[in-house]
Amino acid sequence: MYGGGYIHDDQKKKTDITAEDPALLAEFEARIARGEKIEPRDWMPAEYRRQLIRMIEQHAHSEIIGALPEGTWITRAPGFRRKLALMAKVQDEVGHAQLLYSAAETLGKSREDMINDLINGKSKYSNVFNYPSKTWADVAVIGFLIDAAAIVNQVANSKGSYGPYCRALERICYEESFHLKQGHSIFVYLATGTPTQRAMVQDALNRWWQPIMHFFGPSDKMSQHTETLMRWKVKMASNDDMRQQFLNMYVPKIREVGIVIPDPNLRKNPETNMWEFTEPDWNEFYEVIKGNGPCNAERLAVRRAAEDNGAWVRAALRKADQHYVTPLA
Amino acid sequence: MFNKETLDAVRLLLLFQADDHLIIGHRNSEWTGLGPILEEDIAFSSIAQDKIGHALGLYSILNENLGEADPDTLAFMRNETDFTSSHLVELPIGEYDFSLVRHLFFDLAAHIRFEDLATSAFDPVAKLARKVKGEIKYHVFHANTFIKQLGHGSEESKARLQSAINQNFGLALGMFESFEGEQLLIDQGIYKGEAAIREAWLGEVQAVLLEAGLKMPDASKVEPVLGGRKGFHTEYLQPLLDEMTEVFRVDPAAEW
Ligand SMILES: [Fe+2]
Ligand SMILES: [Fe+2]
Repeated sequence: MYGGGYIHDDQKKKTDITAEDPALLAEFEARIARGEKIEPRDWMPAEYRRQLIRMIEQHAHSEIIGALPEGTWITRAPGFRRKLALMAKVQDEVGHAQLLYSAAETLGKSREDMINDLINGKSKYSNVFNYPSKTWADVAVIGFLIDAAAIVNQVANSKGSYGPYCRALERICYEESFHLKQGHSIFVYLATGTPTQRAMVQDALNRWWQPIMHFFGPSDKMSQHTETLMRWKVKMASNDDMRQQFLNMYVPKIREVGIVIPDPNLRKNPETNMWEFTEPDWNEFYEVIKGNGPCNAERLAVRRAAEDNGAWVRAALRKADQHYVTPLA
Repeated sequence: MFNKETLDAVRLLLLFQADDHLIIGHRNSEWTGLGPILEEDIAFSSIAQDKIGHALGLYSILNENLGEADPDTLAFMRNETDFTSSHLVELPIGEYDFSLVRHLFFDLAAHIRFEDLATSAFDPVAKLARKVKGEIKYHVFHANTFIKQLGHGSEESKARLQSAINQNFGLALGMFESFEGEQLLIDQGIYKGEAAIREAWLGEVQAVLLEAGLKMPDASKVEPVLGGRKGFHTEYLQPLLDEMTEVFRVDPAAEW
């Protein structure tokens, strides 16, 4: 996981591109057009820097907050095989946060500042993690479908223009493929298991389908202008394109094991070759972003408590000595 | 071949260690997503995975070589009183100071045990021990590093560690509870026995604490907290088992 396709942006914070030096800006854009990567010390427009920090930071937050709904199932995973796989998976996600915070730090914002913005509610993370994981089947749906959706997004972004982010994403995508496998495996076992298990996974999909449809963000028709971000290769694919790609790849895999997608209008139009579906409730989407989702408060409270409880450790490590040894996890 | 009494003692030894590793792995995994820094979150998770893996290895020997049930049944289907975990591993994770001190106490003991078992006359155990002792070495390295850093950190970190050490020393000594048939294992070169492991452990703990600027409790004045090996547990084990088996019990006949 978990870079949501949708990255919230406060429009009031936008900086003015016309204030940039035209020659430097032209050279910068030409480099990107040639497919070159932008590196931390290179000149970049203030708006590019701001957008990237915002995007990478939200991605990093999504990884650590995303560890919570699944993490609570580690102690309950049924059997050694599932337990070990889930532990490794969630550990990877925390590792992704670590990689992404480092990538964002190259743009000038410290990890501490980013985490403070997260726990103060100033910085967002993917909406999907503001929904509860109620049963073991939720672990299947998250690992299989949310990770799959994130892969669509992350593969696209890994071809973007900012070097450190692309390199982090390449490593992340490699690990994500194992996550999807473990999620898919649980999903298939439940879907082809006992009636109780089938009911569990159907119920989980029913609850998660809307957040999944929200995942890539509102339709391009409803979205703010993204041409500059596309030209700068910050945003690499449109919300609709990513959603279509996801549906193409995963609707058949869900149906293959006899699980019903809770949208009677979902079908592929043979003429346009595009998926048609019931629009999810976008009001709910914006409400969750504002902090009014079912688990926003709980997730942030848990994160805040972890930060508070760990404060003495961080303070002591800063003091311990100048040569802090990073554990070789 | 070993006689029945000897194999029964091997069975106990393996069960104690498997249960301890399973339960400490469970506890350490509870840090996932909640660590004081991301690096520690990842380290605790990684160590927890190894512990669960080592528990699986030990249960597998019980299953394949000693006729016990399969590992999932042993771990997920036994009653609380059938568990033989020491009280130290059962306690909730508490704050990071406690978890770190427990990690040091536990892993120094595990390292000494597995080093010894690597040359055990009971082959399956020797094989497993040779495979996992490298991982445990890393766990010890991790615990030592953090104990030293926090021991030399702030006044607060030092005080927290010292009080966690003092409060939990008796629990740690409970890991070395002697058991029936132990002498048979010693005589036949299968295991050097709890008393010897405990002696070595005391020496290593002392060395680490000295380097960390922390004080070693006087072991002769601390009462070991015993009973775990005989099925007497803390109030924390039953809720832990309820949680661990929650999904499994939804449908024990199902494949998950
Ligand atoms: Fe991830
Ligand atoms: Fe993932």
